[in-house]
Amino acid sequence: MTSMKRRIFLKGSLATGAVGIAVSTGLLTPRVSLAAWSKAAFDATDVNASLSALYGSSGMDNSDKIKIKAPDIAENGAVVPVTVTTTIDGVSSISLFADQNATPLTAEFLLGPTTEGFVSTRIKMGKTANVVAVVKAGDKLYSSSKEVKVTIGGCGG
Amino acid sequence: MSSIKLRAKITDGVTAVKVLISHPMETGLQKDKKTGEKIPAHFIQEVVCKHKDTTVMTANWGGAISKNPYLSFNFKGAAAGDTISLSWVDNKGEKDSAEAAIS
Repeated sequence: MTSMKRRIFLKGSLATGAVGIAVSTGLLTPRVSLAAWSKAAFDATDVNASLSALYGSSGMDNSDKIKIKAPDIAENGAVVPVTVTTTIDGVSSISLFADQNATPLTAEFLLGPTTEGFVSTRIKMGKTANVVAVVKAGDKLYSSSKEVKVTIGGCGG
Repeated sequence: MSSIKLRAKITDGVTAVKVLISHPMETGLQKDKKTGEKIPAHFIQEVVCKHKDTTVMTANWGGAISKNPYLSFNFKGAAAGDTISLSWVDNKGEKDSAEAAIS
């Protein structure tokens, strides 16, 4: 009888062990990884509030080492191609804002140690606005912006 | 069919990764033209790309990324033939992942 109980106990502990490993190795990612997704930053209605939620500070320097490639005039605001390139060393994060959108933060890119200061994507813009790229390197924030004129908005309505 | 198209190409030690994901990316602000009701938000929140055990890119997205999102970035330290993996999770908890060999 006692040996039976021990067997069940062993089985049980093995099963929980496997789940523990799955969680720690990231097989069950959604709950764990989404902790990094900042709801406050994405829901913020102005750039500075969003920056504070994202980086804990909105103080930043303009930098000419950040290049934003985006069209001067976007005919369709639903698809605006944006490419950010930076030559700043030690970049850990690049975030993109469209400052006239209802929620300006469009995306935050967290770069790995071997990843270069370059991202390219397509964003939606409600109306003519500045596309602002904020680059975090070390503890400092750098930014650059470019105006994109939008003829048809892409945020519903 | 996978929702992800993933390509990685290495030139001079730099691997260029290009990703296309098919996803509606609804902001939650848009109205259905027939019923006048708002279409609920449905967008990818997080995209993670890994080379071996190193995360080379984590993208946190809001609803303002275009429908059928495109993402491209570069990283160093990989070799041709290495595998990279990419996965996404959206605000409804739906997810998908894909792998590709670096060519």
